[in-house]
Amino acid sequence: MRYMLLIHHDENDLGDPDRLNEIYAGWAAFNAALAKAAGAAPGERMEPASKATTVRVRDGRTGIVDGPYSDTKEQLGGYFFIEAESLEKAVEWAELCPASKYGAVEIRPIVPPGRDY
Amino acid sequence: MADAARRAAERAARDSYGRLLAFLAARTRDVAGAEDALAEAFASALQSWPEQGVPANPDAWLLTVARRRQADAHRRRLTRQAGEGHLTLMREELDEIAMTPDAIPDRRLALMFACAHPHIEPAMRSPLILQTVLGLTAADIGAAFLVPAGTMGQRLVRAKTRIGQMGIGFEIPDAADLPARLDAVLDAIYAAYAKGWTDPAGEDGGQLAEEAIWLGRLVVSLLPDAPEAKGMLALMHYSHARRAARRDAGGAYVPLERQDTALWDLDAIGAAEALLHAASRGGPTGRCQIEAAIQSAHIARRLSGRDNWPAILQLYDILLGMTGSPVVLLNRAAALAAVEGPHAALASLAPLAGDKRMLDYQPYWALRGHLLAETGDRAGAHEALTLAMGLSADPAVRRWLGARRAALQDG
Repeated sequence: MRYMLLIHHDENDLGDPDRLNEIYAGWAAFNAALAKAAGAAPGERMEPASKATTVRVRDGRTGIVDGPYSDTKEQLGGYFFIEAESLEKAVEWAELCPASKYGAVEIRPIVPPGRDY
Repeated sequence: MADAARRAAERAARDSYGRLLAFLAARTRDVAGAEDALAEAFASALQSWPEQGVPANPDAWLLTVARRRQADAHRRRLTRQAGEGHLTLMREELDEIAMTPDAIPDRRLALMFACAHPHIEPAMRSPLILQTVLGLTAADIGAAFLVPAGTMGQRLVRAKTRIGQMGIGFEIPDAADLPARLDAVLDAIYAAYAKGWTDPAGEDGGQLAEEAIWLGRLVVSLLPDAPEAKGMLALMHYSHARRAARRDAGGAYVPLERQDTALWDLDAIGAAEALLHAASRGGPTGRCQIEAAIQSAHIARRLSGRDNWPAILQLYDILLGMTGSPVVLLNRAAALAAVEGPHAALASLAPLAGDKRMLDYQPYWALRGHLLAETGDRAGAHEALTLAMGLSADPAVRRWLGARRAALQDG
């Protein structure tokens, strides 16, 4: 089963500032592990939510708003994909992700190709 | 002390609960129904026994409360005319055992065999035993097994339904089937222990490890002629004996070779040695006994300071012949490195190079990194140690690997 893991965090509170080096090293190691794992892809990090643009088209008119889709304290900050045999295995990946220590990692199963409902 | 008394009271409540549940479920094959019948009584026992003390006859206490609650439920349900047959049956069973609460046959072993039946999904066997025999909640089990409580609850319900639907019997398998079926029970108990042992936080996990040891003792007491059960209990005791030594004062990971042996629990080691000795006199040698013998040899080396790696390597050879498992191959390579050096050990890992399961298996990369560093391959060691760090959920282990990686530059 393929899963997308979405990282949510508070952009103003990304871990203990005194341990930033350790957090960065943790990220580098985590991405190396993702790059090696079967069916996974390394994560991509997004620019802050303040750089987001949200587009809606209604009745043929395009509305463009500065800012993210939802205005909450925790924002979508990045994502990665994994291939896992079970939810347990996916939870283990989420646990390995450094963001789970200061933010939250949401696991979403991907609808398999060919499923037409 | 108050904490110890609380634990003892909880222990007594779980002991009684498991025995009553096993008895009811074995009669009706309705595990969920038996749980319903005992749920409220067990909950009040968990609440009141730690405060008011364990009653003189714990089984009778639980039965009285369960019968009273069930009579209430029965009256409520009668007005709705639903599930009446099921409730009547369960009530009759309760009434019957209440006549002789001192002589309730212990069917917990049969219950464990049902929970670890080949028709039950292997990953669910351990959670099922923890819930039925010990009365742990789906939330507690889910937390230990890294599964959301709701998901764990649903899976437990499905597994219990399966026991009823597939007509899985509550019985001790006969001699021909016993070794294989017992392996499944022992695996399930050991899985609970391993979850407790590897849990980085160590608090809830530590409790789960103790529950597993308790289950191991229960199996040994109910099946005194099975050497493998003793082997598995010995294995858990050996690991548990070293619990306090695996972290230093700052919380950093300490590998076996550097552990302070003064922190080892010699009583637990003694209990393990006695069990292993009894097991080896008791019949054919199984996997758990070999693994326990390996633990025993590691402990003897550290305590005596005498090199016994060749003996450990021989034990791993036997284990590898029995299981063919990649995990055993990996552990054998660590022993081989101590006997013949890192090049031989790396060469022995060749069969795993194409194994996809190794790609995200932390111990594989940690060992490779360690061995490559010893051969002087700094780039290879750096890559493997980085991967091992990325695959370590435990921050203490990650820091330890990071320190080894940093040492590559100096070495």
